[in-house]
Amino acid sequence: MIVLASSSTYVQYVMDSVAYGSLFALMALSLSLLFGVMGLMNFAYGELIGIGAYTMFYTERYGWFVMVLATFATVIIGALLMEFVAFRPVRHASPSTLLITSFALSIGLQKFAYMVFPPGSPRTVEPIPWLTNQFQVKGVLFSRLEILTWIVTIVLLVGMVLLLKRTALGVQLRASTEDFRMAQLVGVKANWVISSAFAITGFLAAAVTILYMLNHGDVRPNVGQGPLLIAFVGVVIGGLGSLGGAALGGFTLGVVINILSATLPRSIQGHTLMFAFLLVILMLVFQPNGLMGSIEKLRRKRVAQEVPRVAEEPAS
Amino acid sequence: MLELKDVSVSYGRIAAVQALSLEVKEGEFVGLVGHNGAGKSTTLMTITGALSPVSGEIVFDGQSIVGMAPDEVLRRGIALVPEGRRIFGRLSVGENIKIGATVRKDRKGVDDDIREMLKRFPVLERYWNTSGAKLSGGEQQQLAIARALVSKPKLLLLDEPTLGLAPLMVDRVFEILEGLHASGTTILLVEQNAARTIEMADRTYVLRTGGRIQFHGTAAELAEIGDFETAYIGMGSA
Repeated sequence: MIVLASSSTYVQYVMDSVAYGSLFALMALSLSLLFGVMGLMNFAYGELIGIGAYTMFYTERYGWFVMVLATFATVIIGALLMEFVAFRPVRHASPSTLLITSFALSIGLQKFAYMVFPPGSPRTVEPIPWLTNQFQVKGVLFSRLEILTWIVTIVLLVGMVLLLKRTALGVQLRASTEDFRMAQLVGVKANWVISSAFAITGFLAAAVTILYMLNHGDVRPNVGQGPLLIAFVGVVIGGLGSLGGAALGGFTLGVVINILSATLPRSIQGHTLMFAFLLVILMLVFQPNGLMGSIEKLRRKRVAQEVPRVAEEPAS
Repeated sequence: MLELKDVSVSYGRIAAVQALSLEVKEGEFVGLVGHNGAGKSTTLMTITGALSPVSGEIVFDGQSIVGMAPDEVLRRGIALVPEGRRIFGRLSVGENIKIGATVRKDRKGVDDDIREMLKRFPVLERYWNTSGAKLSGGEQQQLAIARALVSKPKLLLLDEPTLGLAPLMVDRVFEILEGLHASGTTILLVEQNAARTIEMADRTYVLRTGGRIQFHGTAAELAEIGDFETAYIGMGSA
C-alpha cells in the first residue's frame, strides 16, 4: 500500500533525491568522459571507489583533513595506474578488447582486495557527527552532509564545465571525445589527453567516494559495484558520448531510484532497482538515443528551421 | 622536402599502396590523382603518421618520420586537411581554429596568425562563436584549411578539399589553394578533379588502383601521354 505523505515529506523526498542523484551525475560524467576519449566503458571504475573506501577506513584516525587528502591522492594515482598498466597497452585494440580488459581489471582488483582484506571483522567508515547528524527545518530533515553533497556536486559540475569550455585541455578533451584520430592529427597528444581524462575521472571518483562512504559507511571490496551499475545505466539513458547527457542521465536515474525507494510499498522496496531499470527500458524504447540524443535532435530540427543557411556562399 | 621511397601500406592482407615513391620539393604544388581506391588518402594518412607503412621510407626535411605519432609529425611541420573536412562539430569555429595551434608555443605568434587567418577567411570571423556543425560545407572546408594553416606547416596536405561542394565553392577552394601556393606554402593535393589539379600543380602523380604510380609529370608532359589523356583528363573536369 502506498502511504500518502504530507507536503513536508514530499520536500524531504526531493531534497534527498537531489543529493542522491548528484552523486550519480558525477559518476556518470566520469564514465562518459573516458568513453568519449577512448571508447572505453570502464567497469573498473567501481574499484576506484573501493580504493577510496579502504583509504578512508585506514586514514580516518588521523583526522578528516588527512583522510580527504589521502583519498584524493590514492584514487587519482589508482586511476592513472589503471591507464598506464592496463589500458595503455590495449589502447588501439577493438572496443570489445577494451571492455574485456576493464572487466578483467575489475574482477582482478576485487579478488586481490578479498585476499588482502579477508571477510571477518566488518570495516566501516565512521560517520562524522557534525556532518551526518540531522536537523529539522519546517518539518524537513537535513544533514550538513546532504548540503555538502549539493555544494560539492554543483562546484564540481561547474568546475568541469569551466575546464571543458575555458581551458586548452578542456577543448582538447572535447575534441577528442568527438573524433580522437582527428584530434591527434591537429596535434593533441594522445598520452596527455588520455592520462588527463583518467586523472579527472580519479578526482571525481574520489569526491564521490568520500560523499558516498560518509553516507553508507560499509567498506567492502565490491563497495563500488552497486553505484557503478546505476551510473552506467545513467550514461546510457543520457546518451552515449554526451558529457552533459551523462550527467543528466545519472542525476535523473539517481532521483528516480531514490523516489521509488521512498514511495514503493515496503513489501516490494527490495526490488526498487528492478522498477527503475524497467522505466529505463521503457524510456529507451521510445528514445533510443537517450535524453541528450533526443534534445540534440530537437535542437538540430530547430536550427534547420530557423537558420536556412545559404549553401556554399563565397567567403568574401 | 618530402620523399616517399618504395612505401607500401596494407589494410590487413589487402595492399592499399605498393612501393610508392614520390617527392615534394620546397615551395612546390604537387598533385596526386587517381580513381577511387587508388590509395591516395591512404598515402596522405601514412605521411601524417596515422597509418604505418609495412615497408619503405618517408623522409621529411632530411629525417625519417616513419613510426612517429601524428602530433609529432605535425610538430615537424606537416599538416593535413582531411577528406570530409572532419572539423569538430561540437566545438565553436574559434575553438576549431585555436586547437589547430596546439603544437605551437608562441602564443603571440598564434594570435597574430589567427587574425591573419580571419582576414583571409572572413566568414570564419562572422561565425567565430558558432558551432562548427552549423556551417555549410564550403564554410567547413575553409575552417578545415584555416585549422591546418594555424599550425604554421611547412607542408600542407589536402585530401579531396572540393568533395561534395557546389561549383561556386569549388572555384573558391582552388582560388584559396592558388593563393596559398603563391604565398610560398608547399602543397600536396589529393583530388578527384584531375584536370584542374594537373592544370594548377607544378607536377602531378597519377596513381592506379593498388597504389602504384602510373604516370608522373607536369601538365604539359602528361598531356603528351595518349593513354593518360583517355583515362584521366576527362575524369574530374565535369
